[in-house]
Amino acid sequence: MWMSGLGPQSDSFEELAMPLFDQLYNFAHWLTQNREEAEDLVQETYAKALKGFSSFQLGTNFRAWMYRILRNTFLTSRTGLKVTMTVPLDPEEDGPELAVEFETPETILFERANRELLQSAIGELPVYFREIILLCDVEEMSYQEIAETLSIPIGTVMSRLSRARKTLRDRLRPQFQAGSATATIAKGTNRGL
Amino acid sequence: MVCESWKAKLDTYLDGELPSEEMRDFDTHVHNCSSCAADALTRVQMKRGIQAAGKRFAPTSEFRRRVQSTIATKPHRRFRLTWMFAAALSILTVASLLSTYLGVQRSRREQVYSEIADLHVAALASSSRVDVVSSDRHTVKPWFQGKIPFTFDLPEVQNSEFSLVGGRMTYLGQTPGAHLIYAVRKHQISVFVFQEGALRRGWDKSSAVTKELSFNMATWSQGGLRYFVIGDASTADINNLAKLFKSTSS
Repeated sequence: MWMSGLGPQSDSFEELAMPLFDQLYNFAHWLTQNREEAEDLVQETYAKALKGFSSFQLGTNFRAWMYRILRNTFLTSRTGLKVTMTVPLDPEEDGPELAVEFETPETILFERANRELLQSAIGELPVYFREIILLCDVEEMSYQEIAETLSIPIGTVMSRLSRARKTLRDRLRPQFQAGSATATIAKGTNRGL
Repeated sequence: MVCESWKAKLDTYLDGELPSEEMRDFDTHVHNCSSCAADALTRVQMKRGIQAAGKRFAPTSEFRRRVQSTIATKPHRRFRLTWMFAAALSILTVASLLSTYLGVQRSRREQVYSEIADLHVAALASSSRVDVVSSDRHTVKPWFQGKIPFTFDLPEVQNSEFSLVGGRMTYLGQTPGAHLIYAVRKHQISVFVFQEGALRRGWDKSSAVTKELSFNMATWSQGGLRYFVIGDASTADINNLAKLFKSTSS
């Protein structure tokens, strides 16, 4: 949602902010992993955003602005401070990934439509990986929007996103192997019958 | 090994973030490379899976209402402030317009008083103060017949200190009217009668005698006519003559 033409005073904050309510809550819940904390976070975000609405700059991205407020509020909360003790090394360069195997964790997971497994894997990611994957793949933000939301350069967005995805795939691999073994046992049992 | 450079950019390609030229090159490569095509397919599936799995939590309707009510109050307050500001501005505008209007009315009134005083002085300075010379009101009143578009009554002054000198036609702002001259002791008093509607001026409802250019003046409206009594006589004289006219016309 891009602001253009009209100033913040002429637009209702409510009109702009409420359509983002569901997705902001979803993002907040992913960050806090707790309903009550997510509600507190969203409520505080809206209060702060309303208070600072007059300073919202025309021509900038309102959605990214709201997410940035939410994320900063989270980072300064008790939960946020606790879970972000580990800071990612953004400039870290990853080497090119090797060609994927024929049977990859992704293939198997999505053949089985194991959404819960994926949700669990995302939930176990460090916050700085979890948030960037959610912003890119769930909120479908552009790299530019993500950069604005997280207040980091686009190059850092790309490298952090790449590492986040790689970490997620690596964490799903044991799940795949366990699932694959289970499938083999099931196949053998069927054959025995 | 040839595909390694492509695979390093695969996520960026699937996110649609490569420059357009590179996007086209990548499209061509994926169509011709089964390994990269398979890898792209699994990553697309991964993206779709994350998208579906990521939309996991929904706020309760009660929570939504709560937040909405808190943010809805501020715009209303802003609206109220805006409304109050607009109301204050309107009041100021109306006050300003009223002040201007009253100022204009006052200015017009002063202009009329000035003109009346001029007419009075000019008549007294003239060699022929009146066109109809008579102390009899029954002579003076008919003289105006056909000369002015209205008629009026003259008071009986025989038993008073006033005496009728006569009358003449006069004009005020291109409006014809009657000009009567009375004498009280050595003072000359003019009485002007005009049609109220023709003058189109704002007047005070009070008919108290006022001081205009050192003359004493009384004015009032009665029966659709506007009366002016002006002279250098005392306020009491002006007031008494005015009372005589009022009692006659009522």
